[in-house]
Parts: sequence; C-alpha cells; structure tokens
Amino acid sequence: MNEKAMRKNRWQSVIFLLIIIVLTYWSSFITQFNFWDGLVTIPEATGWMLSNLSITQDSLERLPKIMETLVETIFMSIAATTLAAAVSLFLGLFGSNTTKVNSFLSVFARFVASVSRNIPVVAWSLILLISFGQNSVTGFLALFVGTVGFLTRAFMESMDEVGQSSVEALTATGATYFQIVSKAVIPQCLPQMLSWILFMIETNIRSATLVGILTGTGIGYTFDMYYKTLNYNAVGLVTLCIVIAVILVDLISNYIRKVIL
Amino acid sequence: MALLKVEGLGKSYTSDKKILKNINLEINPGEFVSIIGPSGAGKSTFLRCINRMVEFNEGKITFNQQDVGSLNKRELRRMRTNIGMVFQHYNLVPRLTVIENVLHGRFGYKTTMQGILGRYTEEEKERAFELLEKLGIQEHAYKRCDQLSGGQQQRVGICRALIQEPKLVLCDEPIASLDPNSSKIIMDHLKAITTELGITCLVNLHQVDVAQNYSDRIIGLNQGEIVFEGASHQLSEEQIHKIYGTKTKELIIA
Ligand SMILES: Nc1ncnc2c1ncn2[C@@H]1O[C@H](COP(=O)(O)OP(=O)(O)O)[C@@H](O)[C@H]1O
Ligand SMILES: [Mg+2]
Repeated sequence: MNEKAMRKNRWQSVIFLLIIIVLTYWSSFITQFNFWDGLVTIPEATGWMLSNLSITQDSLERLPKIMETLVETIFMSIAATTLAAAVSLFLGLFGSNTTKVNSFLSVFARFVASVSRNIPVVAWSLILLISFGQNSVTGFLALFVGTVGFLTRAFMESMDEVGQSSVEALTATGATYFQIVSKAVIPQCLPQMLSWILFMIETNIRSATLVGILTGTGIGYTFDMYYKTLNYNAVGLVTLCIVIAVILVDLISNYIRKVIL
Repeated sequence: MALLKVEGLGKSYTSDKKILKNINLEINPGEFVSIIGPSGAGKSTFLRCINRMVEFNEGKITFNQQDVGSLNKRELRRMRTNIGMVFQHYNLVPRLTVIENVLHGRFGYKTTMQGILGRYTEEEKERAFELLEKLGIQEHAYKRCDQLSGGQQQRVGICRALIQEPKLVLCDEPIASLDPNSSKIIMDHLKAITTELGITCLVNLHQVDVAQNYSDRIIGLNQGEIVFEGASHQLSEEQIHKIYGTKTKELIIA
C-alpha cells in the first residue's frame, strides 16, 4: 500500500518534470528567445556595466540631490503604506468572518481587496496617470491602492485566525462591537499585522522606484532623467543608493519584527 | 417567582431540521440545574438561546421579568450583563493577562470609548483581585493567559463571568476539556457560586455522575426534547438509558 503510493508519487514528479521541460522549450520557441545567444552576451554586458556605471567624482557631486529624492521616495512609501493600513484595518474587519458586520460589507471588502490586489502596481500607475497626470499624487495613489488590496487580504486572514471564541465570550458579556474588536481581536493579531505593514513598506520602497519612473516622481524620476541624458555614472550612483536604502530598511524592519514578535 | 421561564421554545438552523422542540422550563433564583444529553442533542443551542447568542424561532423566554425575544439591541446588551457565560474552551484572549481578561467582564456596563481606552474604576480592579483570590489564582494575575493550565484558564473564565455581577451563569460543558482533578475544582467553584453568592447556575454536562453530585435538578435532553426533569436522586438507570438510549444503541450497532 505504502510502496504503491511512493511509486505513484515518483511517477508524478517525473511527469511533472517532463511537462516543465516541454513548456520551457515550447515557450522559448514561440518567443524566439535563444538561451545560448543570451548567455554569450553576459560577459560583454558585464564589462559595459563595470566601465560605464562606475561612480565618478562628477556623479558624487550629485549625491545631495539624489539623497533628497531618495528620502522623499522612502517617506512617500511609508505614508502610502500607513494610510493604506488604516483603510485596510476597516476593510479587514468587515471582510473577516470573525468580525464581519453584515454580508454586504463583507462581500464589498473582499471585492475591493481582490480588485486592487490583482492589478499590478505598474498597471495602477498607468491607469492613475491618465486621470491625475504626472505628479507625486499619482505615485502615492498607485502605491496606496495596491497596498490596500494586499493588506486587507493579509489582515482578513490574521483576523480569521483569531477565531470566534473570545469574540463570542465578549459578546455574551454585553460588550459593543468596537470594544470586542479593540480588546479581543486586535491584541490577538497585532504582531502579525505590524509584520505585514513592515513587509509592505519594504516592498513599496522597491516598487516606488519603478512607479517613480512612470509617474515622474522621487528617485525613479531622478533615475529616469540621468538615464535619458546618458549620464550613466549618475545612474550607477542612484542604483547603488537605492540598493543600500533597501538593505537598510530590510535590516531595520527585521529588527523591529524581532522585538514585537 | 422564576428567574428564567422558557415556554414552547423551538429552534432550527435550517428548514429541514428542528434542533429544539417545544422546550418548557422554569428556573428559580439560587438553583443549580444541569442539562445532560448526548452530543448533538441541542444543549449548547439551548443555552445560547437564553442570552440570544443564537436567535430562536418559536416560543417565549422570560428572564428577570423581561421578554428576551422582544429586546432591542441596547436592551439586549443590558440584559446580557446580567448573564455570565462559561465555555468549554474558556474563550479567553490568550495574549492578554489574566487581570485584563477578568476585567473584560465589565464591558457591558461601559460606553464603547471607556472600553476601548480600558478605563476601569478602582472598585472594579479591587473586585477583580478579590475574585482571583477567591478562585485561588491571584498569583497569576499578571501572567498571559496562554501560560496557564486549562483548569486555571477556566477559573479566569469564571472570574470574568462573576465580575459582571450576574443573576444567572450559563456554563457550556465547563469541564469537558479538563482532567478529573481540575474538573472537581471547577465544579466545586461553580457550586460555591450558587451556595455562597446566590447566583443561579445552568450547566451543560457530559458526565451523568457529576451532574448527580452537584445539581439540585437535572434536565435530560435528547434530540431537542426534554425527556427527563427531576431531582438528582430521581434519575434512574432506566431514565439515563432513555436520555442517552438511542445514541448508545446506534453505537452498539455501528
Ligand atoms: N450554527 C449552526 N448551524 C447549523 N447547525 C448547527 C449550528 N450549531 C449547531 N448545529 C446543529 O444543531 C445540533 C445541536 O447542536 P448543539 O446545540 O451543539 O448540541 P450539543 O451541545 O448538545 O452537542 C447539531 O446537530 C448541530 O449540527
Ligand atoms: Mg455542545
């Protein structure tokens, strides 16, 4: 019995592997992507990057300006995330089975979450670009909308995990809805929720660069500007600054996580 | 004058099955009453109809001279402060401390804002410590509830019910998750609630012998109907069979 199951399992992985190989070949065939040709260009490209993206005295002079836009981008990401977290808290409460008020609001919250989460943040930037034009509000909104979707979903699941039991007990004492939420549900899922918020701040600082390129704001705009004026040394410096900032934020949020969990 | 009066109570979750059928019952102040019956008989459902944690479909429940079914939201909240509830799985907030969990029992008397800000009066805090001392867990007051044993958590649950200053305490299988030792401690405390504080207790139980030891009166429930009602000593072997009968027969055949 057991042996049979194991053999069946092995066959399944072989078939799975075959399917993947076939899919890879097929897709590289229809996109006419030649793996080997791609591989050959790597040394050449690396050489170009080393010689052109290196940081020079000239580009270092631009550092204050770059730092300014970088800080602006980081704060925009944090602001978009925290505001989104506040909205998601309510949507999460309405959507979670533990705390739902009525089924209409529950469906509404789940719908909003699903729509905003399933459209990538780049697409949101482009959509919002049409209505708001190229300015910082567009970038902010793009990050905000995407984050609401993700956090609502994450909060909803954390709240579902809390379960009905303490909610039932407090309802039976005559407690009101917001008393129950603030004293039974939130304390139970707060560490998880904070952890998700930190995760989204990290993610948003990364996506902010891309969103900035599209919407003409922050560090993304700086990057784009130097790129278009062929100032590759400055592009290299901007990239380095972004990488360092992302690593720093990662370290900080990991530290905070360790403290709260 | 009865504290609780149930007349012709009927409940169904779905249209094809009636969970409770024509339940009639009166409970006087200071009584300790047990409800026994096989699992699925409707014991939990019946208990939850009394404080409308579950909405019933038919009949009338009168608690403390109030028609429970006709209360609006605010009145219902008011009424619930008079009914404490103790659960099989304690239903505490595990990450919070014992004392915080006990004080949760005061929410019904507070405005939403007072509750959210955690504003408790000195008397409330003193009362909470008194109760913890009475139940013998005062040294755990500042521990998180998830660090306590099952028996200790259940005592926190009882404290939370008592700080409500209830007239009635509903207990849904309070000892079903506990070992015999802790079970005895919990049952002794529940019995003391009625004898010392004069608070009425209505307890769902699985164990017939426990029900016989502690109750003034026993109610046997089977498939949503009361099939026995009487004092502990009136419960004969034959009647126990009637309460659990169909179930045990099914088990033997299966
Ligand atoms: N929320 C619910 N929705 C639908 N059916 C339920 C619900 N709660 C309980 N029931 C059904 O009601 C019957 C009685 O359940 P319950 O009151 O929990 O019995 P007991 O506590 O005696 O074991 C069971 O058949 C159960 O499946
Ligand atoms: Mg039950």
